[in-house]
Amino acid sequence: MSNTATLPADFADLAPFTDWALDTWRERYEKRLASSMDEMQAFYDAMMPRLTEILEHCDRFDLHDLPDEARNLLLLAFSLCEASFPVEAWRQPRVPDSGSADLEMVREPPL
Amino acid sequence: MAHFPKPLEGSWTEHYPGLGTAPVSYKDSYDPDYWQQEIDTIFKKEWLCVGRVERLGRGGSYFTREFPWAKRSIVVVKDRDGTVRAFYNVCRHRGNKLVWDDFPNEETSGVCRQFSCKYHGWRYDLDGSLAFIQQEEEFFNVDKDSLGLVPVACDVWEGFIFVNLDPEPQQTLAEALAPLSEGLAGYPFGEMTQTYEVRSEINSNWKLFIDAFVEFYHAPVLHQRQATAEESQKLASIGFEGLHYELFSPHSMVSSWGGMSPPKDPRMVKPIENLLRSGLFGPWDKPAAVNDNQNLPPLLNPSKHRAWGIDSFVLWPNFMILFWETGWYLTYTYWPLGPSKHLFESTLNFAPPENASQRAAQEFAFSTFKEYAFQDANTLEATQTMIESEVVDTFMLNDQEILCRHHHAAVREQVEANGRPESYPWMPTPASANGE
Repeated sequence: MSNTATLPADFADLAPFTDWALDTWRERYEKRLASSMDEMQAFYDAMMPRLTEILEHCDRFDLHDLPDEARNLLLLAFSLCEASFPVEAWRQPRVPDSGSADLEMVREPPL
Repeated sequence: MAHFPKPLEGSWTEHYPGLGTAPVSYKDSYDPDYWQQEIDTIFKKEWLCVGRVERLGRGGSYFTREFPWAKRSIVVVKDRDGTVRAFYNVCRHRGNKLVWDDFPNEETSGVCRQFSCKYHGWRYDLDGSLAFIQQEEEFFNVDKDSLGLVPVACDVWEGFIFVNLDPEPQQTLAEALAPLSEGLAGYPFGEMTQTYEVRSEINSNWKLFIDAFVEFYHAPVLHQRQATAEESQKLASIGFEGLHYELFSPHSMVSSWGGMSPPKDPRMVKPIENLLRSGLFGPWDKPAAVNDNQNLPPLLNPSKHRAWGIDSFVLWPNFMILFWETGWYLTYTYWPLGPSKHLFESTLNFAPPENASQRAAQEFAFSTFKEYAFQDANTLEATQTMIESEVVDTFMLNDQEILCRHHHAAVREQVEANGRPESYPWMPTPASANGE
């Protein structure tokens, strides 16, 4: 996925953030680590007021048959899960004191 | 001042007098000879969980597991009649690894009709019997019936697949898991098929991570910044007390309060948690599969406390299941890779989400779990290096750390019963881990 990802018309205001529409947890986590706090704060500030509407929009479809635009929107919400920790708790991209710790995702539910 | 009642003896630890209350040595967590004894007397003798039956769909589905600590690799396969079997992953011809892709040391999975060796094309049926030898007539005195794959003892409990490397296991799986085999039976594991699985190589002894996950004494401190400021202050001043501890030696469990489904006060939780209705304890809205916890197996929530949040069970020797009040479960498995190194595996298992909101709530529960796991894992490396420095030779364990004390004692008991105890003068006098 890249910033060519398209969103439903009602969510055009989120277009600057479509580079967060990433397929796997690993990509979302690495995007978080590679982002500055300013970038994550901007993403968080744009997403949080729309999150309830995002979920309401996506809930209208069969989860297993989401239109591409809705799917991109939901992936943005997943990225918000990642970005929320630096913004709400850590004030830095990495978990504090997590130095060498890493996790390999062996299997994750597809979307 | 105890907020929750303790046993009449005054403490959980003294309720099991064999455990003692003295400071303990942690040399059992870095001594190379002791580690080898653990492999020989425990890991090569006990039933070990290798995954769920849901990983094996139709007949012919298989996955491999690497056991470098035993220099072994196994194949777990579902036959066409539904039987789950395990075999050593070795071709009977010239010893080539039978099932692998790209990298011989990496685990793999798939579906097949027969296993076919990449080297000379020998083929085995799903029940392990040798089915085909390339140019059979070139061999001498071939008895195909005696050339099947070498079986590994394999059994299934509540959908969890276990193997035992002992050619003649001393107990059946059900016997080995008793009384948990019956006391946890009936939990809707099979309906929680939405699974995240992660793994990590960690620079600590395998027992140290079990220590970290069987006590919550650390939670208000190590994880304090994960909560809102107000909540974290409250948690730190109260500390942690378990609702209930119980030893089913060598197994054990701790029951804890907690949870917020939904929280009484929205200020207790972070803004995104309020929007997604989810957090460390999982999605706030329980799935139908748990029927509002009306039919919990008898060993869950033993104190029947209304503040119940989670039960953590250690299934001897290296497997844990955590049952959350909110209706999902976690597993942890710890595979020893060396005295100061282990492979940590974890699964998060939810009921399949019915819509995007439920899916997002689960994703957030995973994200949160991972933030905590990072903090826990890195702390272990800091502990491992310092106990190895031997600046301090005994360490303090409190009553809320009874399961740490018990697990090390249970390991010690088995090493002493079957190994060479005279080699370990630093170990305390044998004490029965079940407190008798």
